[in-house]
Amino acid sequence: MFDTLTSRFETVFSRLRGRGRLSAEDVDAALREIRVALLEADVNLDVVTGLTERIRQRAVGEELSGALNPAQQVVKIVLSELTASLGGERLTVTYASKPPTVVLLAGLQGSGKTTNAAKLAQWFLRQGRSPLLVGADLQRPAAVEQLRTLGERAGVPVFSHRRGPVKAASASLAEATRTGRDVVIVDTAGRLAIDAEMMDQVRRISKAVRPHYTFLVVDATVGQDAVNSARTFHDTLALDGVILTKLDGDARGGAALSVKEVVGRPIAFASVGEKLEDFEPFHPDRLASRILGMGDVETLIDKAESAFEAEQATETASRLLEGTFTFDDFLTTMQQVLGMGNLRSLLGMMPGVPRELRGAEIDEGRIGRITGMIHSMTPQERAEPDIIDASRRQRIAAGSGCRPSDVKALVDQFKQMRSAMKGLGGLGGKRMAASKARSSQQAGRPGGKPSASKRRGSGGRTTPKGPVPVSKTPLTLPGLEKGEWPGLN
Amino acid sequence: MTLEIIVGLVVLAAVVLAAAIAVRRRRRLQAVGAREEATAVDEVADRVVGRLADRAAGSTERSTVSLRDRLSKARTALTGSLGSALERASTSTEAWTEVTEALIRADVGLGASSEIVDAARSRIEAAGHEPSAAKAALQTELRERLEGYDRSLARRSDGGGPSVWLFVGVNGTGKTTTIGKLAKREADAGSGVVLAAGDTFRAAAADQLAMWAERSSVHIVRGSAGADPASVVYDAVESAAARGADLVLADTAGRFHTEHNLMAELQKVRRVADKGSGVVTETLLVLDATTGQNGLAQARQFTDAVDVTGVVLTKLDGSAKGGIVVAVQAELGVPVKLVGVGEGIADLVPFDTLDFVEALFA
Repeated sequence: MFDTLTSRFETVFSRLRGRGRLSAEDVDAALREIRVALLEADVNLDVVTGLTERIRQRAVGEELSGALNPAQQVVKIVLSELTASLGGERLTVTYASKPPTVVLLAGLQGSGKTTNAAKLAQWFLRQGRSPLLVGADLQRPAAVEQLRTLGERAGVPVFSHRRGPVKAASASLAEATRTGRDVVIVDTAGRLAIDAEMMDQVRRISKAVRPHYTFLVVDATVGQDAVNSARTFHDTLALDGVILTKLDGDARGGAALSVKEVVGRPIAFASVGEKLEDFEPFHPDRLASRILGMGDVETLIDKAESAFEAEQATETASRLLEGTFTFDDFLTTMQQVLGMGNLRSLLGMMPGVPRELRGAEIDEGRIGRITGMIHSMTPQERAEPDIIDASRRQRIAAGSGCRPSDVKALVDQFKQMRSAMKGLGGLGGKRMAASKARSSQQAGRPGGKPSASKRRGSGGRTTPKGPVPVSKTPLTLPGLEKGEWPGLN
Repeated sequence: MTLEIIVGLVVLAAVVLAAAIAVRRRRRLQAVGAREEATAVDEVADRVVGRLADRAAGSTERSTVSLRDRLSKARTALTGSLGSALERASTSTEAWTEVTEALIRADVGLGASSEIVDAARSRIEAAGHEPSAAKAALQTELRERLEGYDRSLARRSDGGGPSVWLFVGVNGTGKTTTIGKLAKREADAGSGVVLAAGDTFRAAAADQLAMWAERSSVHIVRGSAGADPASVVYDAVESAAARGADLVLADTAGRFHTEHNLMAELQKVRRVADKGSGVVTETLLVLDATTGQNGLAQARQFTDAVDVTGVVLTKLDGSAKGGIVVAVQAELGVPVKLVGVGEGIADLVPFDTLDFVEALFA
């Protein structure tokens, strides 16, 4: 689909390797690619213009460092500019001295207000507050019922009033005082920014409850129009922040950048899944690399953490590097990986996946067949694939409904991969062991001061003097970074 | 090839993720005291760039993007000013840049916009017209691209049991509301309509559909919360057959096209809906007009999974233009069949190419 920005830049910059500074012409050539990347991520056209101008100013005249090539250096500037644009001032919720603290949610239809009202309520609950949810969406059928169900799930009471949204909102304050709730979250109906009547209604709700915080709920899949609606909502309600939703899909989320630029208020929270807990403070750095299509490593690791048993994964990985990886390990790992989502979207999130692979069609049906074949092996065969001869192949094939040649292909592939990984094991295994040792060591010494020298390639050593320097490039397993994909060539 | 990818990917994922988790845990242990924000930003950039270091630039192939550097020209006016801008435009390059930008602002997307503009440009230059005719040429080009599709909603013609229209899409695009409106329309036209409350996941989704069913006095079949959506749809089809109704409108829970298991569940719903007395004659993807470039990925994945036959473009009454459907139709050949223009029960209209193209530039 879309190459990483770096490799696009490398083409642009191939002519100028080794010069001292980035010239205006060099930067202009790169800016074109940056614009394309931003537009494909749904950043608004006008916002793109402003951003690229800032990037130009930062990049022109930049001294070329020895460590990075010009392409990498420009990417670094772009990333840090995007991160700064998305981040900047942070929103810290302070509570009203005279409770309740009132939070108002507004936004377009279908952006996720009701769901996120409940998520926010649960977040307040975790902060030790006692929130009250208020259903002021009397427009959409069953919106209040939805809020009640969600409130029940979150363990938060829900208040509503049939006599209209403004009435419901204003009556909720007295209800909060009466029942001793110190945070009130008002869920309003979805509305179009150009609907004058509905915008007036939300203004009246806001007037009635005088919110301490007004959040605009914005959907990460929104395109160019994000600026128009955000501007109108901001003009009407004076927003304090933004809640970015639907980051669990694969939308780049460039709209967040547009909204941030127009509204000038921080993106406070991000909703990253369907469960009530899938709600967290916003990470500008993650979204910046996501917008540039550079792979969202942090989100990938998040997903991995929830799908993998960390200890078990480390065990498996060390066995892999030692060359004692079995088909059973493979099966477990495969199931865990599949638990994280479909393979294609995982490929999309991994940085530096070769282009040919990124676009590859993966027939997910094959996974079932692979599972079937492994299930048809005896425990001994799974542990020692070398013993699988023609007659065993025949039996496995019969057991899994495949051809013996399929079994042969799988076993060969497995063995080839295993020996390739073992080849790396010399370095990697030590490294992995060392990292385990380090983490246990540091757990014992919470005050241990980490030093962050930039060691590359070789693994660390544990010396009697204490923790070894920690490498800053966590994913640099030898061999893997250079596009050598064991078993994939 | 596939086998290699799966085996390789699984193994790679195992190693890389285990290492990453270990590193992150370690980093958490070290996170004593807050870091300066500026250094955090730089570090992030450092980290990403470092990781990308030394990777071979595998391919030099590029997309054919003809977006001019003039894009950086400061612009404050919205699309409404396009017409006058075009008349002012003195050179053809300027004029064409303006129309490309207008298309991008309408969410048509960079690739599709450039392609359409290139085609319109060669057409008008071949005819020897002035650049000021750019807008008209572009509208003609767009119309011709969008026309020529059957936008009617199919029913089974064999006189057997009910036809099933299945509604799919990501969260919050308006599936339930669309079904509500369509129920009224089809019932008024004399069809026996049954609604299937196949969204058993979202809280109160079935209640929402039930209210729509009441408004248009049609029958609804619902399961308990968390029930298997396929079984709810199956029951609805059988119930429709038993009452002699000829149309089942089946709702499904919103789901992201990236969720493997949920897409598999949807495939099951599609299969099961065909199993009993009914036949699925339409699988309609509900797309929100505010959706940007991700709309294409959504359409691609849903079409792969459940063979989408048409698009319902909702929320077109706002300021968003819904231009992504141009790319969807061009790439997948799936036409827009219905357009949602409001929250009222009558606010669902057939797609009209001419109106849509006009509105793109409004």
